[in-house]
Amino acid sequence: MAKVIFQRPKYLKENVFHYCPGCGHSIAHRLIAEVIEEMGIRGITIGVPPAGCAVLAYNYFDLDMIEAQHGRGPALATGLKRTLPDRFVFSYQGDGDLAAIGIAESFHAANRGENITVFFINNAVYGMTGGQMAPTTILEQRTTTTPAGRHKTLDGYPVKVCELLSQLPGVAYAQRCTLTSPAQVNKTKKAIRKAFQCQKDALGFSIVEILSPCPTNWKMSPIDACKWIDEVMSKEFPLDVFKDITPAAQKNTEAV
Amino acid sequence: MNKFLMSGNNIIGEAAIRAGCRFYAGYPITPQNELTEYMAEHMRNAEGGVFIQSESEVAAIHMITGAAAAGARVMTSSSSPGISLKQEGISSLAACELPSVIVNIMRGGPGLGNIRPAQGDYFQATRGGGHGDYRTIVFGPATCQELADLTMDAFDLADKYRTPVMILADGMMGQMMEPVIFKKPKPRQYSENFMLRGAGDGKSKIIRGLILDAIDMEEHNWKLARKYEVITKSEIRYETYQTDDAELVVVAYGTAARIAKGAIKRLREHNKVKAGLFRPITLWPFPETQLRSLSGKIKDFLVFEMSTGQMLEDVRLSLQGYADIGFHGRPGGAVPTPAELANVIARYYEKKD
Ligand SMILES: Cc1ncc(C[n+]2csc(CCOP(=O)(O)OP(=O)(O)O)c2C)c(N)n1
Ligand code: SF4
Repeated sequence: MAKVIFQRPKYLKENVFHYCPGCGHSIAHRLIAEVIEEMGIRGITIGVPPAGCAVLAYNYFDLDMIEAQHGRGPALATGLKRTLPDRFVFSYQGDGDLAAIGIAESFHAANRGENITVFFINNAVYGMTGGQMAPTTILEQRTTTTPAGRHKTLDGYPVKVCELLSQLPGVAYAQRCTLTSPAQVNKTKKAIRKAFQCQKDALGFSIVEILSPCPTNWKMSPIDACKWIDEVMSKEFPLDVFKDITPAAQKNTEAV
Repeated sequence: MNKFLMSGNNIIGEAAIRAGCRFYAGYPITPQNELTEYMAEHMRNAEGGVFIQSESEVAAIHMITGAAAAGARVMTSSSSPGISLKQEGISSLAACELPSVIVNIMRGGPGLGNIRPAQGDYFQATRGGGHGDYRTIVFGPATCQELADLTMDAFDLADKYRTPVMILADGMMGQMMEPVIFKKPKPRQYSENFMLRGAGDGKSKIIRGLILDAIDMEEHNWKLARKYEVITKSEIRYETYQTDDAELVVVAYGTAARIAKGAIKRLREHNKVKAGLFRPITLWPFPETQLRSLSGKIKDFLVFEMSTGQMLEDVRLSLQGYADIGFHGRPGGAVPTPAELANVIARYYEKKD
């Protein structure tokens, strides 16, 4: 009998992703679904998709889900979690959603230490609306609203969300990862698991930032998009653990 | 039953908690701060009660959206500029059919305006307020007792029709103190099927307003419209005062109606004008046919609002062609005394003769 070594995660619906080929959203969805399955928390998890390319995430996750208006995910998740403290609640957000229009909701949910998890897909552009500048667009990067490249004095600087939020005492865990190789994918999956674990242990706000390719709006092949993340984007947004108050991590730092 | 002497803002808070409200989020703004503070003091003592001082009115409305989806009875409150900020969320609550109560203790506007009582948000409240094709039920209480009763009823109607309900009062109502009796709240009737609490072993649920197919979206709009039709048929409330023998009827709501009542009493005591009052209690749905039915014997109506004329448009829609409609407005936080208004009414009536 053949041994199954790869299959659709149990809690991804049978629908075909609408994401472009090479898009990071598909991989991120898959990883979240795998972790939820492995932790056995599907029945007690509620997800909040954003306005953005992932607006239809509820067509893919086989979970209870409620849409948020653009950027309001963490406020909505706050309402869900405070009402149902024993459920797992996550908000899934793009960079425009989290770091532009929704920065107040994100910052203050983090500052209150809301016991929720945010999955933050940083693709350095507004994917859904056609590749405009995002708060995370890097300097010199061309987008449809920075046709000559992002100009620091005219357009401001890229916002570093993990660095910013990890300053807040309410944040339990903040890690930035990416999806550009199997090793990175595995690291990202571990981070997702850790974030949910933080929630399980009621440690506070957890965020996993994922540098994610948007080949369509970057006008690159999927492979070049991954290369660009490795060679350019991750220099601006270093892959790192910015905060980790889990007991295991604390022990490690004490040992050093 | 016990009588309590409380301010309007506190009455709303107490009535909400008694009605089973267990999630409140709000952001400070005058003249409704006492309500937020009341919730801060009392909500966390109620079993399962959540109080959050949010970072903005925007965040507050989306917090109550999440809590409503999870199945809590929810409320937020603010005053005019803050209510403008909430409109994105109110539109979503209507689209997603989530029961919720929103309190607007109006102040003078537009812009930052001032913190005096005014009625300039009538259009915003009764026309949906946010984007898209929807309505909210709007109560316009005129006494502290009504604040208590209507706050409780607002939660019941929100559940019954799965829709946001707004309480539209003003700074005067919020600050004034009167004795009230809190009625016994009705047991909650709201199906768990509408709540989002994790799918368990069952089928997962989605709550959304995004419907990309135009025909499906059209059907959703018509579904909401049919619901609004049922509300219009079943939920209209109004009061008439001394209209039986009236030669002229003043149409006013909320604080303006209180002042009008005082003016009408005065006019009758001095045998000046036999005036009456028609007071809409639901501002949406507006008591259109009920108002029109008065025009059989009465041909003179005077609308009084603390605005430049907003409810006036609904009165025109009800009475145009049936009766003469005059208007007196005091926008921007100016509040006339009953004596002043009595003079206005008398002069208006004399001029007409
Ligand atoms: C209030 C509001 N403003 C603007 C929009 C339009 N809009 C939808 S998604 C989006 C940006 C999406 O970019 P991002 O958050 O980076 O997510 P991505 O699509 O790249 O995954 C915008 C501006 C909206 N839906 N609502
Ligand atoms: S536009 Fe970009 S982010 Fe959106 S689905 Fe396509 S590749 Fe993904």
